[in-house]
Amino acid sequence: MTQTQAGGGPAPGPDPDGADPARLLEVRDLRVEFRTRDGVATAVDGVSFGVAAGETLAVLGESGCGKSVTAQAVMGILDSPPGHVTGGEIRFGGRDLLRMSAEGRRAVRGARMAMIFQDALSALNPVLSVGQQLGEMFQVHRGASRKEARAKAVELMERVRIPAARERAGDYPHQFSGGMRQRIMIAMALALEPELIIADEPTTALDVTVQAQVMELLAELQSEYRMGLILITHDLGVVADVADRIAVMYAGRIVETAPVGDLYRAPAHPYTRGLLDSIPRLDQKGQQLDAVKGLPPSLLRVPPGCSFHPRCPLARPVCHADEPPLYEVGQGRSSACHFWKELLDDECAE
Amino acid sequence: MTSAPSEGAAARAAGAGGATGAHTAAYESRTALTGTAPREAREAILDVRDLVKHYPLTQGVVIKRQVGAVKAVDGVSFELRRGETLGIVGESGCGKSTVAKLVTSLEAPTSGSIRFKGEDVTRLSGRALKAVRRNIQMVFQDPYTSLNPRMTVGDIVGEPFDIHPEVAPKGERRRAVRELLDVVGLDPEYVNRYPHQFSGGQRQRIGIARGLALRPEIIVADEPVSALDVSVQAQVVNLMERLQDEFDLSYIFIAHDLSVVRHISDRVGVMYLGKLVETGTESEIYEHPTHPYTQALLSAVPVPDPGAEAGRARIVLEGDVPSPANPPSGCRFRTRCWKADERCAREEPPLRIPDGAGGGAGSGGEGADGPGRGTAGNAARHPSACHYAEEKARIVPD
Ligand SMILES: Nc1ncnc2c1ncn2[C@@H]1O[C@H](COP(=O)(O)OP(=O)(O)OP(=O)(O)O)[C@@H](O)[C@H]1O
Ligand SMILES: Nc1ncnc2c1ncn2[C@@H]1O[C@H](COP(=O)(O)OP(=O)(O)O)[C@@H](O)[C@H]1O
Ligand code: SF4
Ligand code: SF4
Ligand SMILES: [Mg+2]
Ligand SMILES: [Mg+2]
Repeated sequence: MTQTQAGGGPAPGPDPDGADPARLLEVRDLRVEFRTRDGVATAVDGVSFGVAAGETLAVLGESGCGKSVTAQAVMGILDSPPGHVTGGEIRFGGRDLLRMSAEGRRAVRGARMAMIFQDALSALNPVLSVGQQLGEMFQVHRGASRKEARAKAVELMERVRIPAARERAGDYPHQFSGGMRQRIMIAMALALEPELIIADEPTTALDVTVQAQVMELLAELQSEYRMGLILITHDLGVVADVADRIAVMYAGRIVETAPVGDLYRAPAHPYTRGLLDSIPRLDQKGQQLDAVKGLPPSLLRVPPGCSFHPRCPLARPVCHADEPPLYEVGQGRSSACHFWKELLDDECAE
Repeated sequence: MTSAPSEGAAARAAGAGGATGAHTAAYESRTALTGTAPREAREAILDVRDLVKHYPLTQGVVIKRQVGAVKAVDGVSFELRRGETLGIVGESGCGKSTVAKLVTSLEAPTSGSIRFKGEDVTRLSGRALKAVRRNIQMVFQDPYTSLNPRMTVGDIVGEPFDIHPEVAPKGERRRAVRELLDVVGLDPEYVNRYPHQFSGGQRQRIGIARGLALRPEIIVADEPVSALDVSVQAQVVNLMERLQDEFDLSYIFIAHDLSVVRHISDRVGVMYLGKLVETGTESEIYEHPTHPYTQALLSAVPVPDPGAEAGRARIVLEGDVPSPANPPSGCRFRTRCWKADERCAREEPPLRIPDGAGGGAGSGGEGADGPGRGTAGNAARHPSACHYAEEKARIVPD
């Protein structure tokens, strides 16, 4: 997956997600600001990551830490103004999307990369039948006739297992259940067989049973089409099941990246460890939960030094002053904590 | 944008653990009175029998005709013991919130009884009803919409005193409110702020403070942590557990997150389409479920452990929940059940301890971690509404 050479100790170097031209998507040092009346909020503050074809990268973090804004910047659908990309590169299939014309980006969006949103009801057009909305994709991007488009729409609905697809193609979004609407949105994202899908909390509003159906479908289609998938979520359970790698965000930055197994076994950042300790487990009748104390900071006033220090149980004076870089901490792993080594040693000792 | 009050309060509250500060006599702990009797041995403070709530479906604008009914709750019975937490789980629309509204007398049932310390609440009115209502308080799901945006925190938390001035006489109110904020880990200096100035977790604390104002014995919490991030969710769950011990509260805790429910509950009821389909202790339900619906629900929960998934039985339910206006005949789960046969369409399975589920009648198993999995041990001896109730191996990973 990644081209990192292990070893070399705790050098604050290039992040282990380092540029790999072979990867489908390469985001380098992305910066996004929101200019509001109250000041400038840096929602994304130097974020780098990559996704290969067929790979699933999960992005984790509490609400407000910049997950959705990162996704919107990659898709080119940032709310602007007040949002502005103020730096970085987004290389997709070798080309920097930030240097592309608006028209060029529109052509990429939908056809080569597509997004699945949390709230399907507001993402779908309420006054068009789902068959029309799906069919439109083929008419606009592929020059299909109305008849062909309709046939394609029904085929897609069947693909995402909408029962009686032919009869239901004329129904409107509100006539479907939450889980079905989410599947229709997946169908829409898949319509043109994109190379990359970004799913922003695709199952957060759904019951566990429906969530399981939707995730299974998504995983199956992904491996079939060998798409890259960015899965944004705050649910550590969902991620464990489907992701290859995880990036944990805090206050606009990536604070840890790791292959999924390593991250759960031995997190290298106190924030990740705190999130894992916060969740009650289905398979354990636990004692008191080890909650991460406090709240994430306002992005208008990010604390100096390590932005996690007011909530960090391991914080020391150096953390108040020096911002930790993203250290390379192992094969394909990085952590933005001065004391990552202690943390890992501690976990190995347990 | 997020102008939530400083870290201070949240951080203080997060340290939940032990007792916060000195509470005055008004909110002194009640545990002293009940001692530490094991929860199973305590008296049932609430006894709900055959509870039904049908919402009429009408047609016609001028002359309304009833054309049917949404059977939101359709014959639900359970007990709540003093100091315990009863968790209620189930998919969206199965009737959880309706049960909450009935138990807190926010709505009147179509039929059935709700006995609070022996007295049927559904038959009370006037002062007697008011007195019972005081003892059963509700905490709502959505901290963003359940608080009046134009009222200060002090007014919100103190509002119940308007209806029950006997709890805190006029001169006492300010102090009582500040004390309540302190109890839930909010800075009492925040009394004059408005809800939008708080984060989701802090708003949920405000809702809990308000729920505690009248010193109720029972709190019905409808999805109290569902809208919160995991870290803040853990803070609020810890707070609720601390308050329970401190004030000997009994909780009905409604949620669709099965992991949170396991964590906080002593006993659990699983609902499907207006009915309880399985009830038992936390370990009976999570380690020895016998109803296919419970098994499917549990198997669908993702576990935050990449290794655990291997070898775990996964049951992905097909289809959606049928409409509660027109539930299937016989067993309501049969349209999605992999074990359904013609008997299930004909005969409705009652909620009872399955025949032949391990141990003789007299052996009264302690539940808990009975004999090994797979064998229908004592732990399977808890009520399940399925004709073919039996354990299934490895639903929850070890
Ligand atoms: N006032 C009402 N009039 C008509 N139908 C209602 C009313 N209130 C609830 N219902 C219906 O009763 C059923 C149960 O609703 P309820 O709100 O109790 O579900 P729930 O289990 O709390 O679901 P959720 O997990 O989504 O909160 C649903 O089908 C709902 O649409
Ligand atoms: N349209 C907008 N205007 C101003 N600020 C915004 C806007 N969209 C997002 N933000 C801010 O950017 C930050 C990151 O938001 P977001 O990416 O949505 O978080 P999440 O990680 O929950 O997806 C938040 O502080 C949010 O308030
Ligand atoms: S750098 Fe310091 S404050 Fe930041 S996570 Fe590491 S120990 Fe905590
Ligand atoms: S009674 Fe029949 S349909 Fe209902 S849960 Fe049991 S096996 Fe399934
Ligand atoms: Mg978001
Ligand atoms: Mg509800």
